[in-house]
Order: sequence, then C-alpha cells, then structure tokens
Amino acid sequence: MTQQPDVLIIGAGPSGLAAAVALRRSGVERVLVVDRESQAGGVPRHCNHTGFGLRDVRRVLTGPDYARRNVQLAEAAGVEILTNTMVTEWRGATGVRTTRPSGVLDIQAAAIVLATGCRERPRSARLVPGARPAGIFTTGALQQWVYLQRHPVGKRAVIVGAEHVSFSAVMTLKHAGLDVIAMLTDLPRHQSFLAYKLIGADRWRVPLLTNTRMSAILGKQRVEGVEIADVNTGAKRILDCDTVVFTGDWIPDHELARSGNLTMDSPSRSPQVDSLLRTSVPGVFAAGNLLHAADTADLAALSGRYVAESVVNYLQTQIWRDTDLIPITFDSAVRWVSPHVIQPDNEALPNHHLSLRVAVPLEKSTIEIWQGKQRLWARRYRRLTPNLPVYLPDTFLKEMRTAEAIRIIIRPSI
Amino acid sequence: MIYDVAIIGGGVVGSAIARELAQYELQVVLLEAQNDIGKSTSKANTAILHTGFDAKPGYLEQRLLRRGYELLRDYGAAAGIPIEPLGALLIAWDGAQYESLPKLRDTAHENGVTDVEIVSTEEVYRREPYLGQGVLGGLLVPGESIICPFTTPLAFATQAVANGVHLSVNSPVQAVQMDEDGLHSLILPNKTIRARYVINAAGLYSDTINRLFGHDEFTVTARRGELIVFDKLSRPLVNHILLPVPTKITKGVLISPTVFGNVMLGPTAEDLDDKTATGTTAQGMAALMQQGKRILPELLAEEVTATYAGLRAATEHGDYQIHVHPEQRYICVGGIRSTGLSASMGIAEYIVTQLGEVGLKLILRADFKAIRMPNIGEAFPRPYQSETMITRDSSYGQVICFCERVTLGEVRDAFHSRIPACDSDGLRRRTRAQLGRCQGFYCSAAVMALLSEETGQSIEKLTGVQA
Ligand SMILES: Cc1cc2nc3c(=O)[nH]c(=O)nc-3n(C[C@H](O)[C@H](O)[C@H](O)COP(=O)(O)OP(=O)(O)OC[C@H]3O[C@@H](n4cnc5c(N)ncnc54)[C@H](O)[C@@H]3O)c2cc1C
Ligand SMILES: Cc1cc2nc3c(=O)[nH]c(=O)nc-3n(C[C@H](O)[C@H](O)[C@H](O)COP(=O)(O)OP(=O)(O)OC[C@H]3O[C@@H](n4cnc5c(N)ncnc54)[C@H](O)[C@@H]3O)c2cc1C
Repeated sequence: MTQQPDVLIIGAGPSGLAAAVALRRSGVERVLVVDRESQAGGVPRHCNHTGFGLRDVRRVLTGPDYARRNVQLAEAAGVEILTNTMVTEWRGATGVRTTRPSGVLDIQAAAIVLATGCRERPRSARLVPGARPAGIFTTGALQQWVYLQRHPVGKRAVIVGAEHVSFSAVMTLKHAGLDVIAMLTDLPRHQSFLAYKLIGADRWRVPLLTNTRMSAILGKQRVEGVEIADVNTGAKRILDCDTVVFTGDWIPDHELARSGNLTMDSPSRSPQVDSLLRTSVPGVFAAGNLLHAADTADLAALSGRYVAESVVNYLQTQIWRDTDLIPITFDSAVRWVSPHVIQPDNEALPNHHLSLRVAVPLEKSTIEIWQGKQRLWARRYRRLTPNLPVYLPDTFLKEMRTAEAIRIIIRPSI
Repeated sequence: MIYDVAIIGGGVVGSAIARELAQYELQVVLLEAQNDIGKSTSKANTAILHTGFDAKPGYLEQRLLRRGYELLRDYGAAAGIPIEPLGALLIAWDGAQYESLPKLRDTAHENGVTDVEIVSTEEVYRREPYLGQGVLGGLLVPGESIICPFTTPLAFATQAVANGVHLSVNSPVQAVQMDEDGLHSLILPNKTIRARYVINAAGLYSDTINRLFGHDEFTVTARRGELIVFDKLSRPLVNHILLPVPTKITKGVLISPTVFGNVMLGPTAEDLDDKTATGTTAQGMAALMQQGKRILPELLAEEVTATYAGLRAATEHGDYQIHVHPEQRYICVGGIRSTGLSASMGIAEYIVTQLGEVGLKLILRADFKAIRMPNIGEAFPRPYQSETMITRDSSYGQVICFCERVTLGEVRDAFHSRIPACDSDGLRRRTRAQLGRCQGFYCSAAVMALLSEETGQSIEKLTGVQA
C-alpha cells in the first residue's frame, strides 16, 4: 500500500507535531506524522515533572500534559497521526517504507521532515568496564520504567552526568523511592542551571562529585557497586549501590538521516542543515533535537514551527538550497554548532540563534564571530560549560558582507 | 528413569551432541547448570564459522573442525541459522607477517582448504577500501563465514528436545558415583540422574567434572577475550572477515561483520584464574581501540553498541581434550578452546561414533524431526519486512525494539518456543531485543513488562532487586 501526503513528518515529538500544526495552519492539505511508539508525543510523555512549554506555549506544563496538548492541537488542526508506525528504509528521495500492525506501508510525499529526536549514550558507548549486571539505565529508560510501566527500579543509585537531564533523573529516582547516593561528572562543575541543581539535587542532599569518572561497574547478576576515580589524581574508591543511571551525553537519532545518505555534520552527528533547516537532499528537512541534542522541548517545538515555513516555501517555489553555502568553522574549544551552513541571503536562524556547545570548560572568555577580516559579533562570558547550551543571537547575519566562511573563535577575555 | 546417555553441559558442544544422539532410539538427558542453553562461552565469542584452514595438521581439532564446518554450513541452511559466507582476508602489515603468508597458504591446502590464495596489496584495497595504510598483502580464505552464535546452540537443543531428548536446566552436576549395578549417578542439588553413559561437555569446568571421574589429563585456564561491537552504521566499512596474520610475537585482533549487521573488533587474550571473570577492562578496551585504529581508522569514529568478554577453555595442551574411557562408559569433551562453535557438529558426530564403539547401541529412529529456527540475521528476511507474516498476525507488524526491529510477535514466540526464554538475556539471544544501539533507552521498560507477564516472575526477581 502507498500513501501520498503533501508532507510526511517522521517523529511525533514536540518538534514534529509543532511542524505539523504550523503546516496545516499555512494551508498544507495533507500532513501526515508517523511515530514508532504506540503513543504520539515524543519524549515528554515520560518526563513526569514540570518545566515544559515555557517558550512555545508560554505556560509551564508537566511533560505528559505538554505531550497531550501537542497531540490534541495537531488532531484539532487536521493532522493525520499514525502511531506504531516505524520508518525502516528510504524509497526514493522523499519516500519511505514503514512497518505497522496493519502491514508494510510505503509513503511518498512532496517533502519529508525528519524529527526523530535524540537519545543518551548508554554505558557501553561510554566504554565503562566491568560485567553486565541488571540495574543499569539511561534517564530515558528509567523514566519509562517508573512512569509508564511502574516497574520497581532498585534501592541505591549513582548517577553519571550532571546536566539538566541528570537532575531530572534525581527526581525520577526519588519518586521511585531510591536513595541517590552520588552524582558524578568528570568536569569541574555541574552543567545545568543553578535552579535545576537546587530542585533536583540539593533538596535531596545528593552529593555532586566533580572531576570524577566511573571507572568500573561491579556485580555479576545485579549491580553491587561502582568504582569511581578522581580524574586528576587517579585515586579510586568504591560506592555501594545497586543502580546506575547514565544521563545526558547526547547522540542524535540519526539512523534515517545516515541511511538516506544525507550529508552529515560530523561534530554534532546531525544531518547537515542550512539556516532554513534544509538537508543536502532536496525535499528533506530536519527539525528538533535531531539537530541540537538536547535542547529543551520548547526549543524543539519552535524549531518545528520554523521548519514549517521553510517547507511551505519549498512546496510553493520548488527552490532548494544553494550549492555554495556559507560554512561555519570553529576552533577546538567549540564542540559543535547548529545549524551548520548558512544560505547567503538568509537573515534569520531557527529560534533566532546559533546553538553552540563548548568542548572544554572555560572561564572569562569571549566568543567572536568572524568573516574574513571582519568581526561580526562578540560577547564576553563569565563561564562557558560543556553540555550547557550557548545561544549566539542571529543578528550577526545582517553584518555579513561576503560569502566567505564564518569563523567562530573563543579567546580569553581581556 | 535410567538414561542411556547423560550429557553434562548445554553449551554449543553439549547441545550438538544431544542433537546427534537424538537421531537414535535412545533415552538422553542434557544437564545444564544455568537456566538456559548456551549462556556461557558459547554466547560470547567472535562467531566465525571457521574452515579450519589454519588448524594444526594432524590434530584432532583440525579433523573435527574441517568436518564440523561442512556439517554446520549445510545444517545452518536447513535449520535457519544465519550464516553469511563473506570470506576472510588475512592482512599482512609488516615483513614478518608478509613472509608467513606462503606457509599459511600451504597449511591451508594441506588441510584441504584448497581455495586459499595470496592476494596483492591492490587486490586487498580493492576488496576493502577503508583499510588503513600500510597493507603489504593478504591471504584470501573464501570459505570463512560469519554465523549466529545464539541460534546455533539453540537450534541443536531445540531439535534434540523435539526428538525426545530431556533437557534439564538449573541442573549443575555436583558429584558423580558409579553404582554397584554399573550405572552412573550424577548428583544434582535436588535430584540424582542415573545413566549408562556420561559425556562431559562442561566447557570451562570440564576439568572439574573430569576429576570427579578420577582423571587428570588437563587443567582449564580461562583465557579472556574482550570484544567491542560497533554500530550498524559502520557495516559498510567492511566486506570480509579481516583476520590478523598470526606470528610468534603478536596474535593481533580481527574485525568482522556480525550476522546482526554490526562490526566487531577483538578479541584480546589474557589468562585468568577466575572462570567467571566475563567483565571487560579499561586496558582491554584501550588496546582494542588502538589496534582497530590501525586496521580500519574510520571504524573508531562510529558509536560503540556493546562491549563484552568471553572465556576460552584453554589448557596446557594444543589439541582438544577428548578422552574416551570405555571401562567407565565416560567420554570427556574438554578444552574446546577457540573453535568449538565451528567444530561442534564434527565433535558431536565423532563422539557418537566413539559411543558406538564402546558399546552403545545406535539404532536410527524412523521419525527424526527437522526444525526451523526463527531468523534473527540481517541477511535474511525478518518479520517486520514481511507483508505476509503481518497480514496473518498483526503482532509481527508491531516493532517493539526499534534499534533491532524486533516485533511483538517474535518476542511472544520466544516465550512459547520449545525452549522458552526465561530472562532478558534469553530473550536477547532469541530475538535480539535490547541488543541494539540504544541498549534499552526506548524499549527496556516495555520489554521487561512483557517478560514479567510471560514468565510470571516479578520485575524484582528478574532484575535481582533485593527485597
Ligand atoms: C530522557 C530525557 C529527558 C528530557 N527531559 C527534558 C526536560 O525535563 N525538559 C525539557 O525541556 N526537555 C527535556 N528533554 C529534551 C527534549 O524534551 C526532548 O529531546 C524533546 O522531546 C525533543 O523533541 P523532538 O521532537 O526533537 O524529539 P522526540 O521527543 O525525541 O521525538 C522524536 C520522535 O521520533 C520518533 N521516531 C524516531 N525514529 C523514528 C522512526 N524511524 N520511525 C518512526 N518514528 C520515529 C520517536 O519515536 C519519537 O517519538 C529530555 C530528553 C530526554 C531524552
Ligand atoms: C573470545 C572468544 C572468541 C571465540 N571465537 C570463536 C569463533 O569465532 N569461532 C568458533 O568456532 N569458536 C570461537 N570461540 C570458541 C567457542 O566459543 C567455544 O569453543 C565454544 O563455545 C565451547 O563450547 P562448549 O559447549 O564447550 O562450552 P560452553 O559454552 O562453556 O558450555 C559449557 C556449559 O556447561 C555448563 N556446565 C559447566 N559445569 C557444569 C556442571 N557441573 N553441570 C552442568 N552443567 C555445567 C555451563 O553452564 C555451560 O553452559 C571463541 C571463544 C572465545 C572466548
């Protein structure tokens, strides 16, 4: 069987649903969203705490309420949503094959938006040695165990990571009745907002062990403890626990992007997109945390709204991005930026910013944006922390005079 | 109940022997200490179906490996064991390795693997364009194949059970005695098994069992091999099994595709006293990464999906430790070090011949049933792709493990098969559920719910949470 919507959106998370609603509101007739989960809504479905929707709904909701709201808005806007529908392969440039309980369904669309989100690196990808006992989680898995299935988790947990999501893991563990005995980060400080740390960790008196990494997991059937090491001295000690949660350390869910031979941005591991969120393949767009793993859900949703404009424009004009795009280069202090290339005549970026992550912790530094000999923009920062998003306003686009590469450099402030 | 034959150990070797015996009119019991088949070394190896091209001529291992290769290749095709005949390339990176190629080829020819040939540097790069710089030449072994290490012992045991073999899991043999009537009594924690003949296929513990029978021909040392499995997205980087050229100084590591569509790097080799030390180490991982970088630099840019370690049952001898004790009606099948998966059917055939020679009556049964295992290999059709299967039963269209594309239907089947899955490891080995890149980020909660429902065990019990 084949379906032929105008636009196919892969992923019914905040970004995919926001894009769908915006497309319908712009008058696009058939907007189809597919998701492999049995419920639409994406990751917020299982983030059972508040803090969602600030910048898109302008209200603060819990994750499940936010997810429900997004689904309802989409249904009300006349978006067709197919759940339990997993995209398994590409069929042509803007077509895919899916597996559903009713059979194998092919979908051919005029445009496709990839909104497949991101996930956390599991223990194995971080090469943490030891045996493979039960009791090892990522936050995503943990939340589903606790909130979707109400499975018992364990008794005493250690959390690896100290990003936003790590503090949300503390809350989930407390809800599930565990003692959280420590939170580790190999960096010199946590990588979240102070408020998150206060609500998430200080309130529960969870010790934050900085400059500390997990050097081994102990136990054969079930986790019996972890060995931790000071990154500076190498000194090791054992923490007694039965649960380990690996948090953050994001990776975009880029499987479809790669299997479609889209040009990839190697630093971020996202499909390479221009300022209008167009990928290297005509008709294929990307949005949400597939492009910036992991910004908050409201930013993912705003990115969905933004991509909708681009899609509408493409459906009307059939114009794709130029071949001579302006690349963005950066020094080794920068880990990645998103979007990755700039269409010369564009005057805006999604959410009006370039999302950036630094590679190393920096104090009193200035981020500068250069083009040729011209400095387009600069700002001083008291502190720059890896994993913590840095948003550079897109006003620098208006200062651009040539089509030369954009360079981002970070130097100590004077 | 008096069994004709009791087999101790349900690894790939014990299971193969059980299957072989199931062809005859015999009462056979397969005793496995753990709660499932194939949970020990047989699940943690490099999963290559070896031709035996480099085996030591004249060794029993060479003979059984050669025979086992052919038997398993054919059996695999019939029973639905994923096997991909990719061929192997041994890569010479230095002068010593390059110079040993002719000898390796000659040994291969002597072993009857006559299609082995030396290939030029250009040919190596033509076949494997992503190899690192500095290749001096290679040896092509067209017959080397990759095989599913999970399905193989399960297929043997499933066919054995389908033909009347009694499988007894959670049955560690703790002591043995020869009774006055000449029968063996195998003492388990809560029962005693009586049998005329006993086969010891206890892998790492084959020496312990052997001593219970009063023999001391060998001692098993666990030789750990650590492995790294890379994301499926790296699969296009490799076409063959890339084997190292063994020299006196280094053993080297291999890089090979797996039947699940990943790429594997390893193994290390380290002798240990602890026969349960299946954990990975920081040193092991670092050493592998360093060697992998030389062989296939781009591999290291890919994500790691899994790491694991397996223990080879090494002994002080070079050859398999197969010892027949006719007076005791006892056969020891120990020290099946690093080729047991490939040789399993050859070993089984040989053991049953030996049993016949020491007096076991072998009468073929008329109704030996064939079996077909559910396919979990990437190279063959899977349920999620099959309109026919989904139309017949919609649960084959409900993907629950996204990374490995495992459907609800397959998971259900695993719980209702002849040897059902009873924990998440068992489910993984039967379906691939949770084996993929996200390691349970998306599906573990749902999979555990199914596991609990189907096995009737609580999540606490399944995951070892203390009450
Ligand atoms: C564990 C976790 C906790 C988080 N906590 C917070 C928080 O507290 N506050 C906050 O603001 N943000 C949080 N985030 C970040 C952010 O909310 C999410 O990443 C957000 O949902 C991103 O939206 P998205 O639409 O880009 O992707 P997602 O919400 O991840 O949606 C992607 C969807 O695509 C579907 N999909 C992927 N591949 C396929 C395919 N092949 N076929 C069909 N469907 C497919 C998935 O099933 C999924 O539903 C968290 C993220 C995670 C992972
Ligand atoms: C790193 C590595 C890579 C390898 N690569 C390959 C390869 O590529 N190709 C290949 O052909 N081979 C390979 N091998 C070798 C192969 O895995 C082994 O030869 C094979 O699995 C041995 O099978 P087995 O049945 O003898 O042992 P096992 O799988 O160890 O089975 C023995 C069984 O006996 C049970 N048992 C032990 N004691 C008792 C008791 N007292 N009572 C009841 N049951 C008991 C155990 O629980 C276990 O299940 C590799 C091995 C390793 C470690």
